[in-house]
Amino acid sequence: MSLMRILVIEDDREALAYLVKAFRESGHVADQAADGLDGYALARDGDYDVLVVDRMLPKLDGLSLVRSLREQKVETPILILSALSQVDDRVKGLRAGGDDYLPKPYAFSELLARVEVLARRGNGKASSAEATTYRVGDLEVDRLSHRVTRGGQEIPIQPREFRLLEYLMRHAGQVVTRTMLLENVWDYHFDPQTNVIDVHVSRLRSKIDKGFDRPLIHTVRGAGYMIRDGAR
Amino acid sequence: MTAPASAPGGASGERPEGPIPEADSGAARGAGAIPPSDGGSANGALSPPASEERPPIASLLPKLFRTTAFRLLLVYLAVFAVSVFLILAYIAWNTTRIVNSQIVETIGAEIGGLAEQYRLGGIRRLVSIVERRSRQPGASLYLVTTFQGERIAGNIGSLSPGALDTEGQREVQYARAEDEARNHTAIVRVFLLPSGFRLVVGRDVEDRTRIKKTLGQALGVSLLLVIVLGCAGGWFVSRRVLRRVDGMTGTTATIMAGDLAGRLKVAGTGDEFDRLALNINAMLDRIGELMGGMTEVSNNIAHDLKTPLTRLRNRADEALRGAGGPEELREALEGIIEESDNLIRIFNALLMIARMEAGHASEAMADFDAALITEDLAELYEPLAEEAGLAMTTAIQPSLPVHGSRELVGQAVANLLDNAIKYGSAAEGEKGPVTVRAERDAEQVRITVADRGPGIPEADRERVLGRFVRLESARTRPGFGLGLSLAAAVARLHGGSLSLRDHAPGLEAVLTLPLRDGAAA
Repeated sequence: MSLMRILVIEDDREALAYLVKAFRESGHVADQAADGLDGYALARDGDYDVLVVDRMLPKLDGLSLVRSLREQKVETPILILSALSQVDDRVKGLRAGGDDYLPKPYAFSELLARVEVLARRGNGKASSAEATTYRVGDLEVDRLSHRVTRGGQEIPIQPREFRLLEYLMRHAGQVVTRTMLLENVWDYHFDPQTNVIDVHVSRLRSKIDKGFDRPLIHTVRGAGYMIRDGAR
Repeated sequence: MTAPASAPGGASGERPEGPIPEADSGAARGAGAIPPSDGGSANGALSPPASEERPPIASLLPKLFRTTAFRLLLVYLAVFAVSVFLILAYIAWNTTRIVNSQIVETIGAEIGGLAEQYRLGGIRRLVSIVERRSRQPGASLYLVTTFQGERIAGNIGSLSPGALDTEGQREVQYARAEDEARNHTAIVRVFLLPSGFRLVVGRDVEDRTRIKKTLGQALGVSLLLVIVLGCAGGWFVSRRVLRRVDGMTGTTATIMAGDLAGRLKVAGTGDEFDRLALNINAMLDRIGELMGGMTEVSNNIAHDLKTPLTRLRNRADEALRGAGGPEELREALEGIIEESDNLIRIFNALLMIARMEAGHASEAMADFDAALITEDLAELYEPLAEEAGLAMTTAIQPSLPVHGSRELVGQAVANLLDNAIKYGSAAEGEKGPVTVRAERDAEQVRITVADRGPGIPEADRERVLGRFVRLESARTRPGFGLGLSLAAAVARLHGGSLSLRDHAPGLEAVLTLPLRDGAAA
């Protein structure tokens, strides 16, 4: 993943320090703000790829901050962190202008994966999203005809498997978490409590990778999955 | 203000001529001879003994005054007193009126008779008749005078001045001829005889006065009786009421102090107090049941939260003590994270249930198709069933419109599927399929998920829907025992229900949701 400039706005000092350190260790540039007003000023004037905003902030509440930024035509992708995990809260966050929502407590791997997806979307690097064909190695997915071929050989695939593969391909080279898959492929935000997603991925994997030397679908330990070509 | 004798001015010895206490004390204060506090203490000196007497009554009286019974009594007392007063006043007024009109009638008749006698026999005849009548016992009052007012005959000694001046009827003071000293009241009528003589006929109204006085006394006695009896009755009634209310207050106080076993006494008369006591007792029973439920729930919470917490702690402890390499430490930390994720899941599920049970209608309520949800989720869980060695069969009617939270209903159906797969795969011998059905049933949408697992004994089916209940036989399996209770809470929030039935063998979970308004046709 290329370098991202991230602004973390969070009032809990410890969480703030943890996030900034973790983002930097992942090879990104991370700035910090400990209250809503500082965060607003930095976000408005700075050039960031992604904003990570806590829902409850002193001086200026997280949702108001997001709303104000959107009113100021700041289109930087925003991920809202919240200790409230209710469905309503998520809806409110997205309605205020947030692009993604993550309830606390979260795994950093989950946060990182989501931030990377947001950053790429925001930078327009996801131009391939509009492409009609995704290509990873010798795997080709035609979005119009729903045809999947690998090494020129057609692979029969179910509609849901196609959507799963499509999502992985759109974010090729990026970590995609299980909850991201449930949200984007099935459109549910609840906690499945079991390894349902894993079973689906392993089914897909048996179709895509079985019989080929180089596996394309990789499991990223403690985080999720990634589709990419070759061993990096 | 104080009485003149105890006025501060008296104590100072500089009392001016004016005995008016107000002016006196004012002057004394104005002169600054005695500080105002002194005057106050003179007053205060009188009150201590009184205030020492007060406490027992003082503590009882305000309490009595605050009772509804006593306040009612005061109102009744006032109403009765006024009624008695009005009734007696009316009687007095009416009696006087009747007596007066009788007197006036008698006087009129006598004057008529006497005037007739005068016409027949002249002044002599009149005088002789008047003299005769005057001597009779209990006679009316008679007087015949000359035009100048000199007495000729009759039993009236004197009349109030000016009484004779004009003709007509009036009330006057008079004295009898034989008893000059006593003044009485009488109604008299002055009649001018044609020859210039005046004829006065009257009647004493002493009777009337006596009646009035008697009635006045009756009024006083009645009022006194009303007040005394009313107060005594009121005291008695409010004491009775107070005693029962105090008893209730006492019992409720001990209950509030933690003794939930206490119950209010029921006298058995079926009166208002009994009904109140019965209701409160029923309420206490219900609270007791709920408390029992809470205790069970908190015990279960304690168990199910403490188990993963203990495992978490043990893992950290083990990793810390063991001389393992980096790889082992890493593994231990991953285990710890996994364990804390489990805990977070439990908390989230608990919070969701609590929120739903508190009746928080979700803002995310919208119209959606329950058929699509069921289909989606069956498809989502189908590979999981297959992995567990179970077939999954679905029979889903198209288009089942429901209004509610798609997320929550989805979660509920997912929990049912998860449950069916988990327990269906636990069947001994050949594993039966998990069947998923969704259909319209009158005004309802019915989603059925059935397995061929060991099922749940009938006695436990209701209990298993409660929070954190996991049957003993299932304690060793993964899961939090929250799946079914969460699904039940979702159903309740949407105005539907979750029921568990025997699938012989296995369990059939039926989730019903009301069909969207207007979609029933």
